[in-house]
Order: sequence, then C-alpha cells, then structure tokens
Amino acid sequence: MFSLEGITNSIHHWLYSTFGSTTALIFEMVIVALLAITLFALLGLILVYMERKVSAYMQIRMGPNRVGPAGLLQTAADTLKLAVKEGLTPNGADKLLFNLAPFMVIIVSMLILAPMAFAKNFQIWDLNIGVLYISAISSLSVVGILMAGWASNNKYSLLGAMRSGAQIVSYELSAGLSILTIIVFSGSLQVSEIIESQRNGWWLFKGHIPALISFVIFIIAVTAETNRAPFDLAEAESELTAGFHTEYSGMRFALFFLAEYVNIFIVCGIGATLFLGGWMPFHIGHWEGFNHIMDYIPSSIWFMGKTFFLIFLIMWFRWTFPRLRIDQLLNLEWKYLLPISMVNLLLATLVAILGWHF
Amino acid sequence: MGLKKYFSDVFQATGSLLKGMRRTGYYFTHHKEIITQQYPDNRDQLNLAERFRGEVVMKHDEHNEHACTGCTACELACPNGTIKIITKFETTPEGKKKKALDTFIYHLELCTMCNLCIEACPTDAIKMAQNFEHSVYDRSELTKRLNKPGSKIREGVE
Repeated sequence: MFSLEGITNSIHHWLYSTFGSTTALIFEMVIVALLAITLFALLGLILVYMERKVSAYMQIRMGPNRVGPAGLLQTAADTLKLAVKEGLTPNGADKLLFNLAPFMVIIVSMLILAPMAFAKNFQIWDLNIGVLYISAISSLSVVGILMAGWASNNKYSLLGAMRSGAQIVSYELSAGLSILTIIVFSGSLQVSEIIESQRNGWWLFKGHIPALISFVIFIIAVTAETNRAPFDLAEAESELTAGFHTEYSGMRFALFFLAEYVNIFIVCGIGATLFLGGWMPFHIGHWEGFNHIMDYIPSSIWFMGKTFFLIFLIMWFRWTFPRLRIDQLLNLEWKYLLPISMVNLLLATLVAILGWHF
Repeated sequence: MGLKKYFSDVFQATGSLLKGMRRTGYYFTHHKEIITQQYPDNRDQLNLAERFRGEVVMKHDEHNEHACTGCTACELACPNGTIKIITKFETTPEGKKKKALDTFIYHLELCTMCNLCIEACPTDAIKMAQNFEHSVYDRSELTKRLNKPGSKIREGVE
C-alpha cells in the first residue's frame, strides 16, 4: 500500500549514496525544513477554509462559495490581501519586541512538529522524552503573546495579553495532568512507544474511565491553551478588538493568524497521538480479520483523519458555546478541571498498577 | 460547596453543553435548513415581504388616477426633506378654485426609507415598493416625480 516511509527511505538511500555523509545530512535537514514550511502553508489554507465553511453550515448559512469552485480559492485570496497590506508599527512601540513576537509564536509551533509522528516511521526526531519536550515547548507560546501585548504600546493589547497569559498558564496544568494519565498507562514518554502500545486498541478505549475523563479534560484544556472557542477572551473579536494582536497588520498579523490555526492542528495531533492511537489503525484486541482490513488504509490517512476529527470537534465548540468571562474561565480551571484531573491521575495510577485496563 | 452539588453541577453542565452541540450538529448536517438566498442568481424567484420598505411610489389605478390631494402631510412628516410637493390651483366644474397636486418630487438619494411619510398620509396615496436595486450611473435619475403624467385625483377621495 502507499506509504510515506517508502518515499523517505528511498530519498535517504539516494542522498547517502550520492554525497558524503555530512552533505547528505545537511540536504536532509534542508528538505525537512522546506517540508515543515510547506505543511504550515497548506495547513493555513485548509484550516481557515474549513473553519469558515464549518462555522457557516452550523449557522444555517453557506460559507465562501464565489471565489473559485465552492469557494476553495478564498484563503488564497485572503493570503494575497494580507501580504500586500501595509504593516504599520504603532508610534512608541518597542520595535524589537514588536517585530519579534510573531516569529516567536511561529517558531514554537514549528519546534513542536519535531517529535510528532505523522505516519509509520515518519517522525523528524524520535527523542526518548518526546512528550516532555512537547509539553515544555508549548509553554513557550505565552512569551510570544506577552511580547506582542507589551510591545504594542496599547493599554488594551496589554490587558488582552495579560488575560491570555493567565489563561494559558492555568490551563497548562490540566493539560499536563491529562497527558500524564496516558503516560502512566503506556509507561514511556517516547512518542513512538506510546503509539506502539496502542497496537491492540487505542488508549481512549483501553483505559476506559480514567482515559475518557482525561480526554475530555485534555480537549477542554487545549481549547483554552490555543485561545480558541469559548475561551477566546484575549482576542474576543467583538470586545477587545483583537486583544494582543490589535496593532498588528499585514504580514505580521498573517503570522499570528497562521500560528493560531497551526497550533490547533498541533494540539489535536498530540491528542490524536496520545488518546486515539496516532497513526495506528483502529484495531480491536485480537480480531485478526478486522485488524487486517483496517491495516489496508495508509497510516498517514489514519493520523490525518483523527487529527481533523479533533479539529472539527474544537470548531464545533467554538460555534456552539458562548464566551466565558475571565473569572468564569479561571474558576473552571482551578476549581473544577484541576481537582478532577488530579483525582483522575490517582485513579489512572491505581488502574495501571492493578492491571484493570485492557 | 457540598460534594453532591459539585458533582451535580458538573453533570448538569455537561448535559447542557451536549444539548447545545446537538443543535449545532443538526444544523451542520441538515443543509435544507440553510436560509441564505443566492442573490444575483435568484432574481426570478425573489419573494419579498409585503412590509419591505423599498422606495416610495404613488398608487395609480387602471384609469390613471391617484389619491393624493396635495395636503403636504408627507412633506412635513419627512425628517430630512426628501419630498417636495408642488401644488396648483384648479377650477372645478362648479367654478370654485381648489388646490390640487401638480408635481410630487421625491429625492431617492436622500430617502432613509423610514416610512413616516406613508404613516402621515391621510388618503393612503403612497406606499413602499418592494424593489431595492436603485443604483444608477447618473445622479439626476434619482430625483423622481411620483405622480404619473396625465393623472388626476380620483373622485370621492377628498
């Protein structure tokens, strides 16, 4: 069947046989960088279009349907517009931080791409503390947001950035604890081993109650982490104009916009890896026939399917629920999500030790 | 708060959230419910409500007669001077001089479609039409004369 690892293997062999090992390594790194940038660009296009269409159908209207067949070229038109817009730096803004902030946010998103497994044997860097790395790097996104808010020289941007900072820092706790639940079950931080441990079933089903609770908490926490859905106070479009990125226009705004959508893809990818089995097909225990049929679908399609399902779920949340106030938001985290996830972690540990999972 | 209330809050919240999601999920899957009208393509099937406020027109019947007496109530009611009534003096068959409508000037470029003139009219002579495509290339086309040429007031209105 079609598999991405075949392509990477053949390129790898060709490079190493044609050039010296250092040159081949440098070429490989350049190829990976180009692929990452292409992935970002494609994701930006696809996700913005998906968001507009999904939001439209949920609001009993049609989304973009004039630019190109069924509105497919809409995002391309939007990107062109943002590229030719004037990039204004406000008077009195801290020039270095103002210009650096969008890049900080994009760099964080790109760094998290490294340990993610998109298909079988298709990871950039399978380090043995993969999940810890992901958790640590995603905490750095706060820095970019705070930089943007401060450097804008605008009271309301600063306020939006501070609110966003408080929100992200709080929800990281719940997200981290729910990730820990799966680590307890699988016993390893390495991403490939976590996926391997789901060969006979995804952790969402094998880990029954603790995994289900931590999945729900994880989805809620990452919606808050990415400033999305009912937790988008920081950029509440109708309240704070655009919060921390009010003063940004043109290409810099495009980078923030892109970073937001790519972050959604990344956290959904992490959720798919930990809870829904990454690139593993849907196997049920030892039903050989069924498992064999499921194996025919390429692993990259499994991964993308699961990730886009989670992305659809997060978009569904955005267009269903009203926005939370900052005190309701923090209330939810510190009084409900955090205690529940702590108790859930204890429960998961108990289940793992006693072997009560499948 | 008590433990029981804590958990009942959580379950209640989850239930109401899922109910909301079911509603939007229904809208997402049932495309028949879409109320957007594909405007330039559906001009033939356009069906506007009776109370739609397009532009002001004067009602004429099949004998080219209208009901406007030239009382200028609409001109007085209009908030920004869109209507200008020009009256003339007519001699009735009995020989008396009576005021009658000469020209009903209506500036479409100024009209806010507020409906006050129609509410003010005592004889129900004007109404709001249902068309909304008023763009023109020449601004003078927007100054309209509402009473048709050769029309006069209907008997028995005054």
